[in-house]
Amino acid sequence: MSSNQSYYVPESSIWPIVGSIGMFLTFFGLSTLLVNQSNGDPTTTAWVVFTIGALVLIYMITGWLRDVIRESRAGLYDAQMDRSFRQGMSWFIFSEVAFFAALFGSLFYIRFFAVPWLGGEGAKGTANMLWEGFQAQWPLLSNPDNSQFAGPDSVIGPWGLPLLNTLILVTSSITLTLSHKALKYDKRKQTIYWLAATVALGAIFLFFQIEEYIEAYSHLNLTLDSGIYGSIFFLMTGFHGLHVLLGGIILFVVLMRLIKGHFSAHDHFGYEAGAWYWHFVDVVWIMLFVFVYVI
Amino acid sequence: MSSVADAHAADHHDHGPAKGIGRWLFTTNHKDIGTMYLVFSFAMFLAGGAMAMIIRAELFQPGLQMVEPAFFNQMTTMHGLVMIFGAVMPAFVGLANWMIPLMVGAPDMALPRMNNWSFWLLVTGSLILMSTLFMDGGAPNFGWTAYAPLSTTYGPDSTTFFIFSVHILGISSIMGAINVIATIINMRAPGMTLMKMPMFVWTWLITAFLLIAVLPVLAGAVTMLLMDIHFGTAFFDAAGGGDPVLYQHIFWFFGHPEVYILILPAFGIISQIIPTFSRKPLFGYTSMVYATAAIAILSFLVWSHHMFTVGLPLPGELFFMYATMIIAVPTGVKIFNWITTMFRGSISFETPMLFAIGFVVLFTVGGLSGVMLAIAPADFQYHDTYFVVAHFHYVLIPGAIYGIFASVYYWLPKWSGRMYSEALGKAHFWLSFIGLNIAFFPMHFLGLAGMPRRYADYPIQFANFNQVSTIGAFLFGASQLLLVFIVYRAVKNGPKADAKPWEGAEGLEWTVPSPAPYHTFEQPPRVD
Repeated sequence: MSSNQSYYVPESSIWPIVGSIGMFLTFFGLSTLLVNQSNGDPTTTAWVVFTIGALVLIYMITGWLRDVIRESRAGLYDAQMDRSFRQGMSWFIFSEVAFFAALFGSLFYIRFFAVPWLGGEGAKGTANMLWEGFQAQWPLLSNPDNSQFAGPDSVIGPWGLPLLNTLILVTSSITLTLSHKALKYDKRKQTIYWLAATVALGAIFLFFQIEEYIEAYSHLNLTLDSGIYGSIFFLMTGFHGLHVLLGGIILFVVLMRLIKGHFSAHDHFGYEAGAWYWHFVDVVWIMLFVFVYVI
Repeated sequence: MSSVADAHAADHHDHGPAKGIGRWLFTTNHKDIGTMYLVFSFAMFLAGGAMAMIIRAELFQPGLQMVEPAFFNQMTTMHGLVMIFGAVMPAFVGLANWMIPLMVGAPDMALPRMNNWSFWLLVTGSLILMSTLFMDGGAPNFGWTAYAPLSTTYGPDSTTFFIFSVHILGISSIMGAINVIATIINMRAPGMTLMKMPMFVWTWLITAFLLIAVLPVLAGAVTMLLMDIHFGTAFFDAAGGGDPVLYQHIFWFFGHPEVYILILPAFGIISQIIPTFSRKPLFGYTSMVYATAAIAILSFLVWSHHMFTVGLPLPGELFFMYATMIIAVPTGVKIFNWITTMFRGSISFETPMLFAIGFVVLFTVGGLSGVMLAIAPADFQYHDTYFVVAHFHYVLIPGAIYGIFASVYYWLPKWSGRMYSEALGKAHFWLSFIGLNIAFFPMHFLGLAGMPRRYADYPIQFANFNQVSTIGAFLFGASQLLLVFIVYRAVKNGPKADAKPWEGAEGLEWTVPSPAPYHTFEQPPRVD
C-alpha cells in the first residue's frame, strides 16, 4: 500500500512514441525482408527500413534509460517508486519464464508424444502408416521423410562444450553474487572486478556457443532444417543465447555505471534488476543442459 | 523530458494537460491514455464489425453473391483478430487505466511512461495487422487460430506480418498487465487492504496475471510458425518428426486463458454495477474473489477441450472434459451472487443496469452451451459447426461487449462530467439485445443441424436460419452507431453530472468531482 506523500509522475515523454515508430519500422522491414527473401525478390529497401528501425530503437532505449538514470540520480524516486520498478522487473522475468515454459512444453510433447506416435506407439499408432518403418528414437537422427528433411549425422554430446558452458555460467552466477555482496558492503573495487568477471564469463559462454553452432552446421549436419531435433535444439539454445546476450549487455551497462560512480550500498535497483535477469538466464541454461543435452 | 532535474519538474503537478497533439503523443497521464485506449478500441470494434457485416451479407443466401471465398476467409480471420486483440482487450485496458488508479486512490499508474508505450505499441501492431488487407495474396485467411499447416505451408505472404503484429500486440498487452499489477500491489491508498478492493480491481489483477502468463506462450507458438515458414524447421511438419497438433496445444494453452482474459474484467464491471442499482452491497464478495481466482487457475488446465476431435488419447479426452465442466462451479457461484445481490434490492433500471442484467441472462445462455460443448462425445457432433459460433458469440457479446457498454454508461459521467440520454441509452440496449438474439440464437440450430463454420457457401436447407441471422446481425451492427451518437451528444452538450450521479454507488472514484480532474489523489486518501 502507498505510504508516501508525493509520487513522481513524469510529465510527458517522447520515448514511447519514438519506440513505437522504431518497432513499426523494424518489424515491417523485417517482415518484408523475410517474405521477399523467400520469394526471391530484392531485399535492399527492406534492409534499409529494418536498419533504420533498429537504430531508432537503440536511440529510444538509450534515451529512455538516460532519462530514468538522471531522474534517479536527481533523487526524484522514493521507496514506493522503487517498489514499482521491482514489481515491473519481477513480472517481466515471469513473462520470460512463461515463454521458456512454452518451449520446454513443446520439447516434452515432441519427445514423449509426437515422435513415439509417429513410430507406431499407442492406440493412435496408425500414424505409422504415413511413413511405414519409421523408428522413433531420441535424439531423432532419421526423420520420417528423409528426402524432405535430411536428418543430422549426430548431435552435440553433453560432456564437451555444453558441460564447460554449464560450469562457466554457474561460475558467472557465483562471481555476480560476490560482486553484489561487495556492493552491499560498499567495496566498490571488488564490486567492479567481480562484475567484470561475470560479463567476461558471459562473453566466453557466447563464444563457445557460437563454436558449437559452427561445429553443428559444418561437421554434424545438425541444422535448423534437419528435422525436429535440430529445430527444437536451435530454437531453445538460440533463444537462450539471445537472453545471455541481452543479460550481458545489461550487466555491461551496469558495470559502466559502477565505474562512473553510480549505485550505493543501499540504492542500486538497476544493478539488482540486471542480477535477477542473469540468474534467471543461468537457471534456464541448467534446465536446457539437463533436458536438451543430457537426457 | 531530459531536463527533469530542472525547476519546472518540481511543480509539474500544477500543470493541466499539454496543448495540441503533443498531449496525446507524449502523455503519461492515466486518464489521457485510458481515453485513447477506449477511442481506439471502439474504432477497431467498428472495423471488426464491418467485417462481420460482410460475412453476414454473404451468408444471407446460399451460393456466392458478394465476395470471393478467399476474401470471405480473410474476413472471418481478421474479424476475430481485430475484435479480440484490437477491440475487447484494449477496451478493458482503457477501463483499467481510467478506473484502477481512481478506485484504489493512486495518483496515476505505477509506470506511466511504459503505460504510454503500451498504447502506442497497440496502434503499431494494429497498423501492421490491418496493412495485411492491402497486400498481394491478401490478409491472413486461416482463422484467428492460425493452425498449421494452413498458416505455414498454405498461408499467404502476409502471414509473416501477422506473426510480427501478434508479437507487438503481445508486448503491448504484457506491459499493460505489468503496469496494472504494479499499480494494484503498490499504489493502493492507506487502509485499502486487498480484501477491500473493488471487484473490478480484483478481476483485473487476476486478468493481468493471466496475460503475463499466457501471451509469451502465444509468442512462442507464432515464433515457431515463423521458423517453419522461413527457416526450414519442422515443428509442425510430421515429415520432419514434428506435429501440427503441437501447434494446437500451444495455441490453446494460450487461447483458453485468453477467453477468460476477455471476460474476467467484465465480471468485475458487472460486480460494480449490480450492487449500485440494487442499492445493496455485493452478495458474497469473498466468494467472488475466490471464484475469480479459481476460474483463472482452472483456465490453465482445460485447453484441449478445443481439440476433442484431433485424436487425443482417451484419458486426455476425459481429463479435459471433466476439468472443463468444473469451471461451471465457480462461474455458477458468480451468477448466483449477482442474482442474490439483486434479490430484495430496490432495483432501478438505468442503462448500465439493463446491460448488466442482459449480461447475467445471456452470458448464462452462453455458459450453458459451453457445458454442452465440454462434453467430449457430444462435442464430436458440434465441433467446428455454427453451434460453436453461437456459443462463443453468446459469451463474448453479452459478456465482454455488454460489460464494456455497461461500464461506458456507468462511468461516462465520471469521465466527461456529462450525463447521456437515458432514453437513447435504453434504446441502444433494447436494439442490441434484440439484434444479438436474432443474429446468434438461430446459429445454435444451424450448428446442431450440421452447418460447418468458416464457409462462404452452404446447402439450401440452411437458408432460412441464415437469413434471420443476417437480419439480426445488421440490426445489432447498426445499433452500435447509436452508441457513437449517444456518447458524442452527451460529451458535447449533455446535462452536467454530479460527482456521484448514481445514488447507490460506492467507491473512491465517486469522491472526486465529475469530470475527474486531470490529476487526482496526489495526496492518497485514507480508506477505513
